[in-house]
This record gives sequence, C-alpha cells and structure tokens, in this order.
Amino acid sequence: MAKSIDVSDLNIYYGDFLAVEGVSMTIKARSVTAFIGPSGCGKSTMLRSLNRMHEVIPGARVEGKVMVDGQSLYGPDVDPVAVRRSIGMVFQRPNPFPTMSIYDNVLAGSRLNSRKLSKADADDIVERSLTHANLWNEVKDRLGKPGQGLSGGQQQRLCIARAIAVEPEVLLMDEPCSALDPISTSAIEDLIHELKSDYTIVIVTHNMQQAARVSDETGFFNLKAAGQPGHLVEFNATKKMFTNPDEPATEAYISGRFG
Amino acid sequence: MSSTVALSHAKLPRWAPALVGVVSLAAAGLPAMLLGWGLFAWLVASVLLFLAALPGWSLVVEGRRSAVDRLMTGLVWSAFGVAVLPLVWLIYVVVDQGAQAINGEFLTYSMRGVIGDEQGGVYHALIGTVFITLAATVVSVPIGILTAVYLVEYGGRSKLARWITFLVDVMTGIPSIVAGLFALALVVLIFGPAFRMGFGGSIALSLLMIPTVVRSAEEMFRLVPMDLREASYALGVPKWRTILKVVVPTAIGGVITGIVLAISRVIGETAPLLVVAGATDGVNFNLFDGRMTTLPVFIYSQYAQSTPAGYQRAWGGALVLIAIVMLLNLIARLLGKLLAPKKA
Ligand SMILES: Nc1ncnc2c1ncn2[C@@H]1O[C@H](COP(=O)(O)OP(=O)(O)OP(=O)(O)O)[C@@H](O)[C@H]1O
Ligand SMILES: [Mg+2]
Repeated sequence: MAKSIDVSDLNIYYGDFLAVEGVSMTIKARSVTAFIGPSGCGKSTMLRSLNRMHEVIPGARVEGKVMVDGQSLYGPDVDPVAVRRSIGMVFQRPNPFPTMSIYDNVLAGSRLNSRKLSKADADDIVERSLTHANLWNEVKDRLGKPGQGLSGGQQQRLCIARAIAVEPEVLLMDEPCSALDPISTSAIEDLIHELKSDYTIVIVTHNMQQAARVSDETGFFNLKAAGQPGHLVEFNATKKMFTNPDEPATEAYISGRFG
Repeated sequence: MSSTVALSHAKLPRWAPALVGVVSLAAAGLPAMLLGWGLFAWLVASVLLFLAALPGWSLVVEGRRSAVDRLMTGLVWSAFGVAVLPLVWLIYVVVDQGAQAINGEFLTYSMRGVIGDEQGGVYHALIGTVFITLAATVVSVPIGILTAVYLVEYGGRSKLARWITFLVDVMTGIPSIVAGLFALALVVLIFGPAFRMGFGGSIALSLLMIPTVVRSAEEMFRLVPMDLREASYALGVPKWRTILKVVVPTAIGGVITGIVLAISRVIGETAPLLVVAGATDGVNFNLFDGRMTTLPVFIYSQYAQSTPAGYQRAWGGALVLIAIVMLLNLIARLLGKLLAPKKA
C-alpha cells in the first residue's frame, strides 16, 4: 500500500525563476523522511512537486523525473487528481473550509467528491481522524460549529485530521507543528510514528530535535547565495546526519541550531 | 519637571458634543428667527457653528490632537448626514404621497376600462414588473456567473479573458435606451414589425444586468483565498467540483448581494421597456405574446395624463416600486447573512 518515491534531476520553476535545482533522492516506503534547511531554500516547493500541487500556481512547472513505485508522476497520461488522492498533503498555513462545520471539514475529502458514506461510517472516520490528530477531546462537543472558529493550532490539527481521513498512501506535511504547543506536537509525532507502519511520510520542519526524533532519513536543502536556486546538500539516514554528516555545511547548519 | 511620561490629560465631559449641539442650534436660531431664514439655512448654520465651537473648545482644554479628531469626526458625521438626507426625504415624500393612493383595489385592479377619476389599479403593472424582471434575472444570472467563473478560474491572463473583461466594461456603459432599441430590433427581426412581447423587455434588461452580475461575481470569486482551492485539490477533488463546492459556496453571500443590486438597478428602467414591451391597460400573464406594462412605465403614463387622479396613481405606483426594491434588498441581506461563511 505504501509507496516509495524516486526523484532524479528535478528542477522546479516559478515562471522563469528556478527555485530548486538538480534534486535527486529516494524516499523509502513505510518510512519518515524529513526536509530541513533555511527559510526560502525550497522545501515547500520540493514537497508540493511530489503530489503535483506545484503546477496549480500559474506559470509553475518542473523538469526532471519523479517516479512513484516505478510510475512516472509527470507522465503525459497521469491524472493529477488521481495522484493527489493517493498522496495527501498538510499545508504550512492551516486552511479549513469556512463554509463547513468541524465535522464536515474532516469529511471534506468524501463530501467534496460526493462519495456516499453511512452515518455510522462517517461518525467513525471523524472520531478516529480527530483522535489521531489530538483534537477530538477539544471539539467533540461542538462538531457542528464552523471550523474557522478554532484557534490557529486547532485549525492546523483539523487540517491534519482532514488529510488522514482520506487515508492517502503518502502523506506530505509542511511544518505541521509550527503552530502547535509541545503537547499537541508530541501527539502529532506519535501519530507520525503510528502512520509510518502503513504510510510513507515526508515532513518539512524547522525543528532539528523533531527531525531527529521522528525521521528515518533527512534531506538538507540550502541556498548557495541569496537569489540562487535551492539545492539538496545532503540526503542520508537521520542518525548519520545528526552525528557524522558527510558535508561540512550540514554539520554547520545542524550544530548552529543546537548552539 | 517630572521624569514620568504623562499618560492622562484633561478631557471634555462626555456630554460636551450634545451641549455644543444644542447651543449651536439655539445660537443659529436667533438670526434665523430675526431674518426669517428657512429650516434648511438654520440647520446649515448650526452645523457650521458646531464644527467651529466643539474643536475650539477641545483645543483649549484637550490639546491639538483631540481638537483635530473632534473636527474630523464632526465632518464625517456631517458628510453622512448630507448623504442620507436626500434618501430619507425621498422616502418620506413617496410614502406621504403614495399612501393616499394605496388601497385594496389599487393593488388588485388593472387600468382596463378606467376612465377619468374612476378608481384604477396597478395590478397589471405589478405582474409585468415581476414577470419581466424575473425573466431577465433567470437569463442573466447563469450567463453572468459562468462568465465570472471563466474569468477567475480558467481565463488567467489569456487574450480571450482580457477581451471579455473589456467587452463587459463596454457593456456597463451602454445607455439603457440603446439596449431597448437593440432588443426591439431583435424581436422585430424574428417575429415581424408589429410584434411586441414582455420577454423583449427581459432581453433589454438582461443586457443591462449581465455586466453588473459578472463584475460583482468576479470580485467575490477573486476574494476566495487560493489556500482553499489548494486544500481542495490536495484532497483529490477535481477543479470543477472545487469551483462548485468550495469557491461558489464561499463567495455565494456576496454574489447574491451583487445580483440583487443588479435587479434593483434594472427594475426601475422605463425607456427600454416602453420601447420593447409597450404599454397596456390590461393584465397580461404571457411573457411571450402581447404588450406588458411595468411599474415604471405605469408611473410614466399616469404622470403623463396630468390629471390629479393620474398624479395620485403615479405616486401610488412609485411607492409600490420602492417597496419592492426595499424588500429585495432585505431578502439579499438575509440571504447574505444566512449563506456567508460563519465564524464561531
Ligand atoms: N508562488 C510563488 N511564486 C514565485 N516564487 C515563489 C512562490 N512560492 C515560493 N517562491 C519562491 O521559491 C523559493 C522557495 O520557496 P519555498 O516556499 O519553497 O521555501 P521554504 O523552504 O518552504 O521556506 P520556509 O521555510 O520559509 O517555508 C523562494 O525563493 C520563494 O520566494
Ligand atoms: Mg515552506
């Protein structure tokens, strides 16, 4: 069920602007891969190119190859909608649907696609997803209330619940914990550990400890200089990255963060 | 000198503006009485006095910043008064004059066979206005909304989208009588020179409504954050479903308000309807055959009779028309409230 992702020589553009250059990596199935790097180096851009969300932006395009379980993601007959159904995403900024209640937000994947669900199944999915996202206890008494009435961190957890409710095979998470307190953060990390047995997970984080805690492998992105495209400096097992990285730049970045 | 920063300073009492207001009215009242000014001149003089007195007092007691604040607040309120005064006045006059004409028969009888001062009614015009405007709405809302969806979701910066935007702008400026003549030409071209029908009027009104609907719907769709569309795409929802179930519902409150404003604008059109739909004294329920009178045309033709009974019927028709427009606005506000995205 889980899928591995092979990226080779990927260039990602916004119009004429080359944002990420020459990335090659292999993301293993049933594992957690973390992307780290300074702000603006293209982590979000890279992540969005893995489920074809990048091309939603006018003028945005990619060059190179992304293979998911041996199938080319950018092949001419690949349907981006089908891709996004099996590769889900949690965005850097929480974006619950303002017209929907908390309940409907969790079920948005089915609701928007007009998939029929029995009431019992729907209740079950909502409770399970919200529990996984560590939000159930806070909202179980007001599931009918609008999702935008929640706090920023609660909205982010709602978006995580919404993404796992459709049971994607790969889950891309863009700084899912940046707005969360330590308790919710640890709940999300537990969730990641739990999902890892069935899913492939890619997570962007600015928190080195988090990358060290949750991920099996880590990719370090950097900019050569301001205005230059971002590139992948090193991709290695997380243990090695944090103890004995191959590149001095990786060591500098990580140890700089740890002080 | 103390080294602490003063955080408080002298303030005028809460009732200061009210006091200055009353004093200004009284002070301006004196010359008004002596020189025999009218009500209007008295009010203007009072407002000017107020705008000078309150900031002046404030300058002495509270200092410069508060004085400027009081002056600006006064100016804003005066401007507001100038803006709503004509509206209130207009409503007062229409209700005052029109109420005398309104009774059960006025609302349920047409003008068929009514001679001279006999009691006539507005029923046929009411039916005409409702039918013709409704048909115009049914035609222009889908066209307008679909155009807006194209412009926002699919057009991007393409040539076609730019041309459509340009043409919509041009359409906004079409004089209503020209729209009427065009609709007439169309009807005549298809059905022959002597043919008249209410739907011809709907066509003319649609031409006037479509640009307004496109513009307002476009604005509303553009306000829907890109984040929401992306959230929907990321769940594997196709674009057309995203538009139908995320973009449109999020924007629907504003879109409906825009539609109702467009209706309110065309419901009072007289010239194009006089040209295409003609005028008649009787009730006509068939949009597609025969002349139909609308309320503005009714008002115009009654007024043109220049008799006291005609004037009164014209005012009565005006009151009915204004009541309909207000009702529409009320419905729009209600729908907007009900359908707008809710915060907790
Ligand atoms: N929609 C866009 N249009 C044009 N350029 C963009 C767009 N989004 C991002 N970029 C550019 O692409 C580069 C990479 O941005 P990206 O958002 O991927 O950074 P990031 O690594 O996720 O940063 P952060 O850690 O701050 O989230 C930046 O130079 C940014 O300015
Ligand atoms: Mg980012």
